[in-house]
Amino acid sequence: MGRDVWVLAEYADGRPRKITYELLGKARSLAEELGGQVVALALGSGIQETSKDLGAHGADVVRVADDPLLGQYTTDAYLAVIEPIVTTEQPFLLLVGSTASGRDLAPRLAARVDAGIVTDCAAVEIDGDQVEVTRPVMTRKALARVAFRGEGPRIAVVLPNIFPPTAPDSSRLPEVLPVSVTLDPAAVRTQVLEVKAIARETLPLTEADIIVSGGRGLRGPENFSILEELARVLGAAVGSSRPPVDSGWVPHDYEIGQTGKTVNPQLYIACGISGAPQHLAGMSGSRWIVAINKDPQAPIFSIASYGVVGDLFQVLPLLTEEVRKLRRSSRG
Amino acid sequence: MNVVVCVKYVPDTEAPIRIRADGGGIEESGLPFKLNYYDEHGVEEALRIKEKTGGTVTVVTVGPSAAAQALRQGVAMGADAAIHIEDPALDGADHLGVARALAAAIGAQGCDLVICGKLSTDDNAAVVGPALAEFLGFTQATAVTKLELSTGKAMAHREVEGAVEVLEVTLPAVITVERSINEPRYPSLPGIMKAKRTAIAVKTLGDLGLTLQEAGGVAARTEVLGYTPPPQRQAGRILEGEPAEMVKELVRLLRDEAKVL
Repeated sequence: MGRDVWVLAEYADGRPRKITYELLGKARSLAEELGGQVVALALGSGIQETSKDLGAHGADVVRVADDPLLGQYTTDAYLAVIEPIVTTEQPFLLLVGSTASGRDLAPRLAARVDAGIVTDCAAVEIDGDQVEVTRPVMTRKALARVAFRGEGPRIAVVLPNIFPPTAPDSSRLPEVLPVSVTLDPAAVRTQVLEVKAIARETLPLTEADIIVSGGRGLRGPENFSILEELARVLGAAVGSSRPPVDSGWVPHDYEIGQTGKTVNPQLYIACGISGAPQHLAGMSGSRWIVAINKDPQAPIFSIASYGVVGDLFQVLPLLTEEVRKLRRSSRG
Repeated sequence: MNVVVCVKYVPDTEAPIRIRADGGGIEESGLPFKLNYYDEHGVEEALRIKEKTGGTVTVVTVGPSAAAQALRQGVAMGADAAIHIEDPALDGADHLGVARALAAAIGAQGCDLVICGKLSTDDNAAVVGPALAEFLGFTQATAVTKLELSTGKAMAHREVEGAVEVLEVTLPAVITVERSINEPRYPSLPGIMKAKRTAIAVKTLGDLGLTLQEAGGVAARTEVLGYTPPPQRQAGRILEGEPAEMVKELVRLLRDEAKVL
């Protein structure tokens, strides 16, 4: 069995997603420890050109399956292409990003090829001849250490924003190996009828390095515009705690917490959020936390890296302006 | 349409978690358990389908004897029948083993649609639904926020990064549901009475025609080595004073100390 670490590359608008670079960076260090190669497996339509990019970010080998039927992720088509190659090549470890399609595909692939699978990995380590991972469980109230057992492929589904991508080196040229695709369209039992972009100027929450999030303290839907302005200047995504969702101020997909999304950004700015355990379950993995709240007793301050005790309606516009100035000066 | 809903009995997410002194598990004594809240939405969705199209709703679980409580809640909400896969051989099983056991029970029962919660709030894995779809040979749609059924097909909305994907899958399918798909009903009093009377079909691995090597702990490809509490976050610096001063100091800290600006 090989010692290679594979990465399932994922694309958005024809470009690799950020998580793909994060996985390649991690795969690089794991493969060096194992004495194997980093293999990127790329599926899509019109993606030949991007293989150079995957090489620059750490792949020794790029296997490309390029077919119009792979332009849009579907469970059946992707599995039909990935299963034979994983079965033949027997990667030691396959890293998949914890994205909507990664979470759809990886467990089913594991069931099909009889691989061990662990999702939500926040650490991946080599221990002798085995792989051990750490993952948050019980809505982040505990961390579980999990080991893969037995032989055969191991699949680790990795949380975004955990591993830093390595700096690209365009002199690294990967070996490119095409994957032959013989897909019977009739065997693809899923049709993507439509992909409706969510009308939001900022980034998806799970991919953002910075998140600006609002709670009950915003007092109404119209005040989310103050957050959006700060988010625009920071290049951040906008989220919320549960009360604004329950009050109908913002849609469900904004929600961060036990009943919403789990995020791990570099910087999380919590505005008018008290810090209920249900919210902390979704955001306490953030690298740096800023809390802005006028109640000095708010529990959010007990976990914040920086707490600002003040009225967010005064603080936020000032903060937006100060960041704008900083951005201007660093550009000039 | 006959719908099967997979449910799980899990620690109440509101309750504090204590890790056993040996780190080998979660202290379960005194820990309140509940029906996994995503599964409540699964039961609700199945009941709405039954109300529209007729048919039956069956709830099924894998777990120790106490897990029957999750099935009783499903029946109290309106499910017609309940299957409890209870076998100590499944104690060390991984998610694939659990999915194999569920697939065997569901395959024997037959159905048009299987609904699971998006994930269970204890291990947060989100593996059983898609693995179950594979073992049954069904189509799948995961983390679904809206579901519409027509003859032989299901239309599902799912949230993907920055967009909503509208999918059409052929039936039979496994659908895993998000909380926003519906608002679950409370069990009715007659429902609670019925839940007490309804016989739960108890199955062992042997009853399902499965061997230990197929679904038991020995077949597991993953093993939990232990649990630790999450790292405690320390409270950092609290800024007070005039808004303009605080903001200047905050930006300085974010730039020079955190280096995120």
